[in-house]
Amino acid sequence: MAIDRIFKDEASEEKGERARMASFVGAMAIADLVKTTLGPKGMDKILQSTGRGREVTVTNDGATILKSLHIDNPAAKVLVDISKVQDDEVGDGTTSVVVLAGELLREAEKLVATKIHPMTIISGFRMAAECARNALLQKVADNKEDAEKFRSDLMNIAMTTLSSKILSQDKEHFAKLAVDAVMRLKGSTNLESIQIIKKPGGSLMDSFLDEGFILDKKIGIGQPKRIENAKILVANTAMDTDKVKIYGARVRVDSMARVAQIETAEKEKMREKVQKIIGHGINCFVNRQLIYNFPEELFADAGILAIEHADFDGIERLALVTGGEIASTFDNPESVKLGHCDLIEEIMIGEDKLIHFSGVAMGQACTIVLRGASHHVLDEAERSLHDALCVLSQTVNDSRILLGGGWPEMVMAKEVDELAKRTPGKKSLAIEAFSRALLAIPTIIADNAGLDSAELVSQLRAEHQKERCTAGIDVISGSVGDMAERGICEAFKVKQAVLLSATEAAEMILRVDEIITCAPRRREDRM
Amino acid sequence: MALAFDEFGRPFIILKEQEQKSRLRGLDAQKTNISAGKAVARILRTSLGPKGMDKMLQSPDGDVTITNDGATILEQMDVDNQIAKLMVELSRSQDYEIGDGTTGVVVLAGALLEKAERLLERGIHPIRIAEGYEMASRIAVEHLEGVANKFEFDETNLEPLIQTCMTTLSSKIVNRCKRSLAEIAVKAVLAVADLERKDVNLDLIKVEGKVGGKLEDTELIYGIVVEKDMSHPQMPKQIEDAKIAILTCPFEPPKPKTKHKVDIDTVEKFQTLRLQEQKYFDDMVQKCKDVGATLVICQWGFDDEANHLLMNRNLPAVRWVGGVELELIAIATGGRIVPRFQELSTEKLGKAGLVREKAFGTTKDRMLYIEHCANSRAVTIFIRGGNKMIIEETKRSLHDALCVTRNLIRNKSIVYGGGSAEIACSIAVEAAADRYPGVEQYAIRAFGDALESIPMALAENSGLQPIETLSAVKAQQIKDNNPHFGIDCNDVGTNDMREQNVFETLIGKQQQMLLATQVVKMILKIDDVISPSDY
Repeated sequence: MAIDRIFKDEASEEKGERARMASFVGAMAIADLVKTTLGPKGMDKILQSTGRGREVTVTNDGATILKSLHIDNPAAKVLVDISKVQDDEVGDGTTSVVVLAGELLREAEKLVATKIHPMTIISGFRMAAECARNALLQKVADNKEDAEKFRSDLMNIAMTTLSSKILSQDKEHFAKLAVDAVMRLKGSTNLESIQIIKKPGGSLMDSFLDEGFILDKKIGIGQPKRIENAKILVANTAMDTDKVKIYGARVRVDSMARVAQIETAEKEKMREKVQKIIGHGINCFVNRQLIYNFPEELFADAGILAIEHADFDGIERLALVTGGEIASTFDNPESVKLGHCDLIEEIMIGEDKLIHFSGVAMGQACTIVLRGASHHVLDEAERSLHDALCVLSQTVNDSRILLGGGWPEMVMAKEVDELAKRTPGKKSLAIEAFSRALLAIPTIIADNAGLDSAELVSQLRAEHQKERCTAGIDVISGSVGDMAERGICEAFKVKQAVLLSATEAAEMILRVDEIITCAPRRREDRM
Repeated sequence: MALAFDEFGRPFIILKEQEQKSRLRGLDAQKTNISAGKAVARILRTSLGPKGMDKMLQSPDGDVTITNDGATILEQMDVDNQIAKLMVELSRSQDYEIGDGTTGVVVLAGALLEKAERLLERGIHPIRIAEGYEMASRIAVEHLEGVANKFEFDETNLEPLIQTCMTTLSSKIVNRCKRSLAEIAVKAVLAVADLERKDVNLDLIKVEGKVGGKLEDTELIYGIVVEKDMSHPQMPKQIEDAKIAILTCPFEPPKPKTKHKVDIDTVEKFQTLRLQEQKYFDDMVQKCKDVGATLVICQWGFDDEANHLLMNRNLPAVRWVGGVELELIAIATGGRIVPRFQELSTEKLGKAGLVREKAFGTTKDRMLYIEHCANSRAVTIFIRGGNKMIIEETKRSLHDALCVTRNLIRNKSIVYGGGSAEIACSIAVEAAADRYPGVEQYAIRAFGDALESIPMALAENSGLQPIETLSAVKAQQIKDNNPHFGIDCNDVGTNDMREQNVFETLIGKQQQMLLATQVVKMILKIDDVISPSDY
């Protein structure tokens, strides 16, 4: 008697070796996909969306690439997930984490093929990861005490992060922008107070950091274009017709005269509201919602600058930087905190007019205006800058840094190799495999730069046998170079997150011996 | 399909549309059912024990779950076969009742079915097998009580409890930091436990997860964590000695349930209505302020105007808090949930020593911590981890650990793990079998054999020689008359589970055997399967 199907139709089940193969292949395919974007000479990818408009994104950011992929393989999804988390948590290293996890699985596959139990491999990997982390901890440099040096560290980190991105040509310029912006935050990781405005036109070099706040809005007609010593009221209130919020209310009239009366009453009410707002003694009024012509006119009459329909983020940020509060009722002017800034003026960037608030109460906020040839360039520049800002703000809190250019991987690989020699049993094979996977990262960096990776990595390994070695791959000159001299640095936090999440993900995939896929939920065919 | 005929030779319709239904009966039915049950057990078999493997499950929407929790695997498996569904139920009821051992129970049931199949082939009637199993399970359960140990712990000595939790956690992916997680689980349970009544309400333990950080950052918070932030971005982020008003009414104009209309036909009416509206908001906020609240937690949303009024009166507020969380907050802070503003009074306010907002990572996720509550009887376990799947799996693992601790508080008896209890029972059952006259003797013996399949699976999953290891351990148990020998899964070097500190709760084990026997009995009693045929 044959076994009946225990699953629903279309559900599938893969077991043992086949399941493991499926997840290895899927994970490695993903890793190979993003592999070529690693390192300063990594290539970009074009992503075309399936939505209407067929929008095109050009990027080299691992998280962005993976986010846009439609993946069916469950193991591949695990990798996409870790890259997303890496992005949320530290902002950079999104490619490295996937590549490392992929390499670990590639090594694991070889071990499984030689009949080593996955659990043995996992315990080996764990020991190796712990050892690698300790090796890094011993080698970190911390320059928190020395402000001057710390700043140069930050610059180096920013430059290293940016060098793999589209901004690499102007990395010094952008590194300076990013460091300045982050230093203004004074240790807070709230990146919201750094605003990035993209304006096509000009070249990337024309991008600048502005210490004030820029709102992408126009000033109402007939209102002052420049206000000094501004008192700002930030509001979130309806400035069209005030709706009656009591449920079920409706206007029911029996003649045209009544309609006119009620309309006048409404107008009167609006006029009263505007009067109350003006009564706060302000000369600038920013509202989140629309301001209709009538109140706008009233504001213009009173010589008040009225800005309508600012987006919610803009409002919150504006309230934050000017120190005012977001108001919705205007009955007690004395208790509402107003925002202050020294100067509001309309400025031109390219062809657009923007409103510039300078000399704001809170010095933390600032705006980075990005200029560039096209939207694609700007989008990519924003992503790169975002990465740099994330890394920097994390580094400000955890100031431990490492050298870059494959140096940390070499350090870890060396220690892990030592551990493998000391460990008895089959685990040592897994530990060795871990060190090989670590070495794959400098290899890929070299390969992407078109260098002779085998030669370089072996040279590097020889260098690292010496005490206190600072050698890494110098992609620009194509040789082994001194990373400390070249100023190539990475944040310890990023490297640690890469190491731990990649090991965790690899472990998770290795533990699987069966994949059960449910029947996909039926969707209505949208024709 | 067998047909019945009446005296004129016409076919007699018994079942509606009987030609379209497929029907299996007699031995065939039993064998099909058994093979379906076995198929489910086979899937779970490799997940058993500390070296068990995980399963990757893809849901109909494409989400991926990686787990080795038996109940979760079965629940997400999208099973179609009726008997397989019974097995799923079996695992679920173990999960509800005990919380742990969900894999073991299915593996045991599978083994029992396998042995039953062999007996059926010999021509033994299924009812006799079922009866034999019933007797055997009674013997086994009684024997378990004999080998069980009392387990001593009190509030000062938590070590034994932690050890038990570690056994449970060691089979999960989180075993890297099982020690700290076990400590968290034990402390959480003790915080909410009622040691007098020996009862634990696990609903009071909230398990929250947030992606990011490391597993080691998982922490126990004596209070509540809500994934919300203050309704107005400029409200204070930290409140000390908060008096909390817990509301289930929105800060919005009332919406009477009866259908009504307010007609505005004159200017005066329009104006009075407007004033009324303003006053309404003002009253609501003032009411909260008057009773002395310093924090408002509301189940519903706020109107912009109300929001600003709250801000203006320096009254921080949180909106859109879920019902369950609201209840937990009420329990923790000792406040009452107030459904109407009129009923708000000072004594209904909850108290908390510290309420603070905390931001995570580079995204703008914020969580609200309510700590140092008046009544610390509600705690939150806050899990951090590398990715979503790890967090989900940690949640499930912690759930198991919490259940185990609860069971120990309810009943202090334990048995030793590593398959030692099963081997001991198997020996007892086999010894008892010879005393029963009749066909049941075979069934009882088969039960004994089936029990051995659990240590066998443990040994297999740990990469040991299953038959060799099992026979060695069994011989050792009989020789030393010591029921604590089990399978050495972690390669520690000793077989004595007491030295390895591997144990499970007595009720968990007993329940496993009883539930598995019951389901197997049920399956054996089915001799006719009528199902609509495929169309």
